Amino acid sequence: MTALIHAREVELSFGPTPALRGASVRVAAGEILAVMGPSGSGKSTLLHCLAGILVPDAGEVHFGGERIDTMREGQRTALRRDRFGFVFQFGQLVPELTAQENVALPLLLNGIRRTEAMKRAGGWFERLELEGLQRRRCGELSGGQAQRVALARGLVSGPPVLFADEPTGSLDSLTGERVMDLLSSAAREHGTTVILVTHEPRVAAYADREVIVRDGRVTSLSGDRVVA
Amino acid sequence: MTVPLTLLGLLDREPSHGYDLKRDYDAFFGRGKPLPYGQVYSTLARLARDGKIEAGEPEPGAGPERKRYVITPQGVTVVQAWLTEPVDPEPHLQTVLFAKVVLALMTDRPADVYLDIQRAAHLQRMRELTELKRSGALVDALLADHGLFHLEADLRWIDLTAARLDALAEVVRS
Repeated sequence: MTALIHAREVELSFGPTPALRGASVRVAAGEILAVMGPSGSGKSTLLHCLAGILVPDAGEVHFGGERIDTMREGQRTALRRDRFGFVFQFGQLVPELTAQENVALPLLLNGIRRTEAMKRAGGWFERLELEGLQRRRCGELSGGQAQRVALARGLVSGPPVLFADEPTGSLDSLTGERVMDLLSSAAREHGTTVILVTHEPRVAAYADREVIVRDGRVTSLSGDRVVA
Repeated sequence: MTVPLTLLGLLDREPSHGYDLKRDYDAFFGRGKPLPYGQVYSTLARLARDGKIEAGEPEPGAGPERKRYVITPQGVTVVQAWLTEPVDPEPHLQTVLFAKVVLALMTDRPADVYLDIQRAAHLQRMRELTELKRSGALVDALLADHGLFHLEADLRWIDLTAARLDALAEVVRS
C-alpha cells in the first residue's frame, strides 16, 4: 500500500505516563480509516501525532513523503492550515461568528478574500442539509447542525486529509449516522483521506478499514501487530 | 421468518391471490430469497385445511386458475397472538464465542486473537449492512439497522470480555 500518511514506531509520554509505545500505521490516499480502541488507549494521541498537533518523543510521522515530526512549529501550523481539515467531538465553532463565517474561517485564514470565502462556504449549506442556517450563531444550532457546520468547516478548503476525533460522540445515534453519512459521502466524492477516531462500531462501519489502539500500540484486527 | 404466519398476516391486510401474496412476500420479507410458488400454494392449502383462511371459487381468466384467499376469524386470532408474542432472545454468538474463549484460556491459546478475529468479522458485516442502508430503500435500511444493533451488542460483549480476559483466565484455570 502506498501510504499518504505513515507513522512508524511512534512513542509519546505525558510526563511519566506513556500514551504511545511504538505505534505504527499507514493510511492510503482516499482511504477512510477508523481508529478504534478503549478509552485511554492512545487513539486520540495518535491522531494528534499524525496531524502534526503533537510531536512524538520517538519514531517518525510522514505525510505525502515528507517527514512532519521534525518540522518546525511554523511549518506544522502551515501544514495543518493548508492540507488538513479537522472535526472534533464538540464542533468547537467560534461562538462569535455565524455558521457561514465559521465554515469560511479556514479559507479566510488561507488569505482568500471574504466575498469569495463566504460564497464557497455558502455552497456547503445545501450539501449538508443546513439551508437557512447560514446566519445562525452556534448557540442557535442543535448539536447535529453544529456538527455538520464543523464538518463543512473541515472540508471547505478541500484538504487532502480530514482528521475526525469522535465526530458523532455528542450526538444521538440517528443524528450521528446522518453526520457520518454526509462525512463519508463528501470524503469519497472529493477523494479525501479520513482518519476517524471512534469507539463506536456503528461509526467505524462507515470506514474502509479499522485498526485498534491498545496500550499505545496499533493492532490490526487480525490480531497482528502492525509493522511499519 | 415463519412463512405461514407471514402469509396469514398479509391476508389479514386484505384478501389476495397467491400471486399477490408471493409478490408482497418477496418484496418485503424475501431479502433475496424469493418464495417458490409451490411453497406459497402448499402453505395456503395447509392454512385453509386448518381453518385459518378460506379459498374462494376459481376465477376465470387467462393463465393458471386463480383463487382469492380470505382470512377467517380464527386466522385473525392467530395473527394477533403471534404479533403480540415476543420473539425469543437468541444469544447464540455469546454461547459459541464464550465456549471458544473459555476453551482457549483453558488450553493456553490466544483468546484475545480469537476475539479480534470475531470483531473483524462483525465489523465487516456491519460495513456491508451500512452500505446497504446507504444504497437501499427504507425497508432495507430498517432491516439493516436491526442487524447492526445486534452486531453492535455482540461487539460490546466482545470488548468487555477482552478487557476481562486476565480475570477470566484465573477463574477457568483454577
